[in-house]
Amino acid sequence: MTRATLYGWGRTTPSIAEVLAPASEVEVAAELARSRGVIARGLGRSYGDAAQLSGGVVLSNLDLGGISAIGPEGVVTVGAGISIDELLAFAIPQGWFVPVTPGTRQVTLGGAIAADVHGKNHHLDGSFGNHVLEMRIVTPSGAFTISPQKDAELFWATIGGMGLTGVVTSVTLRMLRIETDQVIVDTERFPDLEGVMNEMSRRDAEYRYSVAWVDCMTRGAHMGRAILTRGRHAAANDVDAPTLKAPAKPRLFVPFNAPSGLLNSLSVKVFNELWFRSAPKHQENEPQSLSSFFHPLDGVRDWNRLYGRRGFVQYQLSVPDSAGETVTSAIRRLSSSGVPSFLAVLKRFGPANPGMLSFPMPGWTLALDLPVGPDALPQVLDDLDELVLSAGGRIYFAKDARLSPDKVRAMYPDLDKFLEVKNRVDPEQRLMSDLARRLDLVGRQRR
Amino acid sequence: MENAFGQPQSVVVLGGSSDIARAITKKLAAARAHTVVLAGRNQELLNAAASDAQEYGATKTDTVLFDAEDASNAARTVTEAFEKVGDQVDLVIIAVGLLEDQLSIENDAQATARMAMVNFTWPVAALAEIRRRLVAQGSGRILVISSVASIRIRRSAYIYGGAKAGLDRLCDGLADSLEGTGVTLHLLRPGQVRSRMTEGQHDVPFTTGVNEVAENVMRGLAGGDRVIWSPPILRYVFAILRHLPAPLWRKIMDR
Repeated sequence: MTRATLYGWGRTTPSIAEVLAPASEVEVAAELARSRGVIARGLGRSYGDAAQLSGGVVLSNLDLGGISAIGPEGVVTVGAGISIDELLAFAIPQGWFVPVTPGTRQVTLGGAIAADVHGKNHHLDGSFGNHVLEMRIVTPSGAFTISPQKDAELFWATIGGMGLTGVVTSVTLRMLRIETDQVIVDTERFPDLEGVMNEMSRRDAEYRYSVAWVDCMTRGAHMGRAILTRGRHAAANDVDAPTLKAPAKPRLFVPFNAPSGLLNSLSVKVFNELWFRSAPKHQENEPQSLSSFFHPLDGVRDWNRLYGRRGFVQYQLSVPDSAGETVTSAIRRLSSSGVPSFLAVLKRFGPANPGMLSFPMPGWTLALDLPVGPDALPQVLDDLDELVLSAGGRIYFAKDARLSPDKVRAMYPDLDKFLEVKNRVDPEQRLMSDLARRLDLVGRQRR
Repeated sequence: MENAFGQPQSVVVLGGSSDIARAITKKLAAARAHTVVLAGRNQELLNAAASDAQEYGATKTDTVLFDAEDASNAARTVTEAFEKVGDQVDLVIIAVGLLEDQLSIENDAQATARMAMVNFTWPVAALAEIRRRLVAQGSGRILVISSVASIRIRRSAYIYGGAKAGLDRLCDGLADSLEGTGVTLHLLRPGQVRSRMTEGQHDVPFTTGVNEVAENVMRGLAGGDRVIWSPPILRYVFAILRHLPAPLWRKIMDR
């Protein structure tokens, strides 16, 4: 057992915990019986404080490995500590892809369930939890196999439950058949936000994958100018020489923390300008590799260090379809505040799953990376929270490091249902995290 | 828990009725602080500070009485304050201090010892208990109110300045000792501040109000700055002043 300083990916709120890496269900159960405060941690890609617990015990899931053979229908059982990267290295050469991938391959399956991660195909395929057939979970009151059919309550409390119902040890999911390791991509540039949102509303359903990069720093007529990329898996006859190769390891890395302030409003503006201009105005049927389409940032290891010592926060909101103008107001508020924000990601969400604390809701989602530093930032984000809340939207726990606890209940109306299930399997509130404490998620200090 | 902007949810303030502490507490309550425990020697002033905090958004406040002229109560005071929070403590502020007119006490052994006690010995004793508790917690911050008076000591306030210098230097080492514990210590070095403590003194250059100090504290906590100067320019002013030849220093300060 070692004491270690743990951060989220945004490197903002360090805390110290005892870190253990149990290698079996039995070892996980022993730890849950011994410790008062426990949370599981995967590869630490949550941006805030979701996978840390100051003064408590953090169970790394990285020794919970193993991948079964992939069945003819694509069904595979995977240890919760296996990353999407490892699973893809195994699956792609056999012609299988994960049904949902976030913007990085460096998340474990346990983490993918805890955050109920989504990808560019949410509008058609839903989030990660939609594709989980069953899982094993160790709770303080025992180890269970759960699925949408078997203890559906605990299953849907665990999907998106931020690890607060137990420690997931293995996952059975259905993979997606692919014929090549290429994606056929259409790219289009839009001079303003309205144009891209109209196009996405109109034609996203024609593409399996769709995402827009939005410039949140340009004011005036070109506010919210965007690059829309949409694609589908390439069939064997779409490309000249179809291959099925695993993604390459990153070749670039950031060796140390950049000085805070490297990413300021000037440098971010320049970057956004270059990024926008480098995209083609309109291009169709361009083959791209799976990794450059899905995981462009995985090419640079430790890129979060570019934000320097103070780190950064990611702000991700979702609002219902009817509240598209909230996205416009949010981007206007940001662009007028002068707070530097890297290219924001805009996406359409399809139907939500029954996950009680799952983030996606049908409509729009917008995610922004914001360096800590500008005095105005905390207030700007608090104002955005109000905007989101009044539109019936919510903030993503896996990204959050600053939400106020008073807003959580209104954003997540199923919180009480979640707490009922949690109290059933964890009556002593052993599963706990810095995030749960900060957002008052487990009802310990309910006011 | 504290958030990504260094905004705490639970705060203990030792010397909680001082004007600077009250200004900081208000800003913290307006941000995320829902639990505030204030310790001091005057119940009435503490109550006023507590209702300030409530007005600005704190939902749970409490007070602890103590006398900083007796270091034997320091650990007990800290313990009581932590227990009244009843959960993890995100930020402890040490705003204990005493400034007496030096001309009337500098030849009085008891009075000078009292200045050293309140400005140095009591805070040091309290820090021992705070350190123990926060390190066990695995997270938390300490904000110690020092003063630019500790950077170059004036002859007209050498007892106060000297005691603060002891505290300031000690905290610098303490901050280093906390590396890797999850706990951080911030030193606040304000210049002259218009407050009850300095009532009757005339403004010197770079004199500020308490709100400006509080704003600088919020910024320093967000940025994780080890030393928070208020106003920030004093960092550079004192980089020069501290190296002035003594006769010149006396001449400037006596003006």
